[in-house]
Amino acid sequence: MRVSLLPEHCVGAGHCVLSAPEVFDQHEDDGIVLLLDTTPDAHLADAVHEAADLCPARAILVDAPGGTA
Amino acid sequence: MTSPPTPTTPTIASAGTEPARGNPAPLHYPMPRQCPYAPPEEVTAVRAGGAVPRVTIWNGVRPWLFTRYEDARVVLSDPRFSADKSRPGYPLSSAVALAETAVTPTLLIMDNPEHDHYRRLVLGEFTVKRAESLRPAVRAVVDGCLDRMLQGPAPADLVTGLALPVALSVICEFLGVPFEDRELFRSLTHTMNAIGGTTETAAAARQELQEYLECLVAVREKHPQQDFISRMAVKHLGTGAMDHERLAAMALLLLTAGHDTTANMISLGVLTLLRHPAHFTALRDGDAPGLLAGTVEEMLRHLTIVQRGIRRIALEDVDVNGHLVRAGEGVIAAVNVANRDPRRFPSGEDFDPAERAHGHLAFGYGPHQCLGQSLARVELQEVYAAVARRIPTLRTAVPDTELRFKEDMAVYGVHELPVTW
Ligand code: SF4
Repeated sequence: MRVSLLPEHCVGAGHCVLSAPEVFDQHEDDGIVLLLDTTPDAHLADAVHEAADLCPARAILVDAPGGTA
Repeated sequence: MTSPPTPTTPTIASAGTEPARGNPAPLHYPMPRQCPYAPPEEVTAVRAGGAVPRVTIWNGVRPWLFTRYEDARVVLSDPRFSADKSRPGYPLSSAVALAETAVTPTLLIMDNPEHDHYRRLVLGEFTVKRAESLRPAVRAVVDGCLDRMLQGPAPADLVTGLALPVALSVICEFLGVPFEDRELFRSLTHTMNAIGGTTETAAAARQELQEYLECLVAVREKHPQQDFISRMAVKHLGTGAMDHERLAAMALLLLTAGHDTTANMISLGVLTLLRHPAHFTALRDGDAPGLLAGTVEEMLRHLTIVQRGIRRIALEDVDVNGHLVRAGEGVIAAVNVANRDPRRFPSGEDFDPAERAHGHLAFGYGPHQCLGQSLARVELQEVYAAVARRIPTLRTAVPDTELRFKEDMAVYGVHELPVTW
């Protein structure tokens, strides 16, 4: 799977970090989402999909074109 | 996207004609609860029936009422819905809500791009890691408040003995606002949130707190300390990204929302645990990973203390999963009922920490989703765990029927919670 971000949408709620800490982090300074792994392992698929679904800003894209990694 | 496909909401052909199909009597919203532990049955019935009715609110405005989880998410996240309460026709939750437009606006009533500009200036203070780093300090506050309550006489009021002091201490310490003035903050917040009040009294309370915090911002700018207001003053006042007034308004929002909602979740949550003794005992004895975090998430979902719905106004025509909302019409997302939508949450009406409650709307959804949610989670986890561990004999000191629930406040809870141990 491929993960990409629309960081300009991020509102810093942190669901991504709670759902998949292996894949997402938040920048210490400005709180914006950071992608740790653009092609996470299959065993993280559920967690990544959950993060994308819970993100209130729709800032996480899974297997979709158009995001910036 | 990853959301499951949603069934189509029945569409009401003309937004101007009413009442909605299958709902002949016009609904006044909100209506009283039949049971203090559940949302009003009429709203739950609307969700079960699948309609999107127009409801009448206190000032005669007639917004659409969305009760299903998937619909509520659209209402709260589509940028064509505005949170600006000064717009004509906005479905205000009460006269006191209008006071928010009379003083410097907070994030709550800003739309983008203004909202994200201000929110992003402070986001770094609210990450998951920052909240975790505050856990030891939160734990110390909780233990100190519990010590004092347990040393005092029983029965005691858990609201004034634990819920309010914990929530006020944590947010005062975080912001750098003097805890000695906590009674002022509590009473002004009460005036701002008491829905029977007038716009004028609520605006006066808001103005008083705003001015207090503007003075504090000026002091901290000159003599910065280790706190939110100081850090933001140093970082943003010089660059012009934020001025004194806007920083004070940000602090006002964090101070009021940050203690009132948390305090209500503490007292109502402890009451819920006492009503579910098996889960109370599990918190004391259980060490399964995720049990505590899961219990807090389920508590947030089950209680959803924002009891009068989250409201917006349409800037353009919006199709909400097949239901057309016209430009200028108001909408209410009844998050307390949407959070019990069985299509999304298997535990539905029940309180069941074993179910995954992630994705609930208790903190809202979309760009306005609660800024302080990570800190709130840490606080609630620490309080529920400490209460279960340190006061296993805790019980209510009056019959449940004598409890006074906050039907009269913007945020649900109990006015007092007499307990003994
Ligand atoms: S869940 Fe979305 S909004 Fe929240 S921090 Fe992650 S990317 Fe940003």
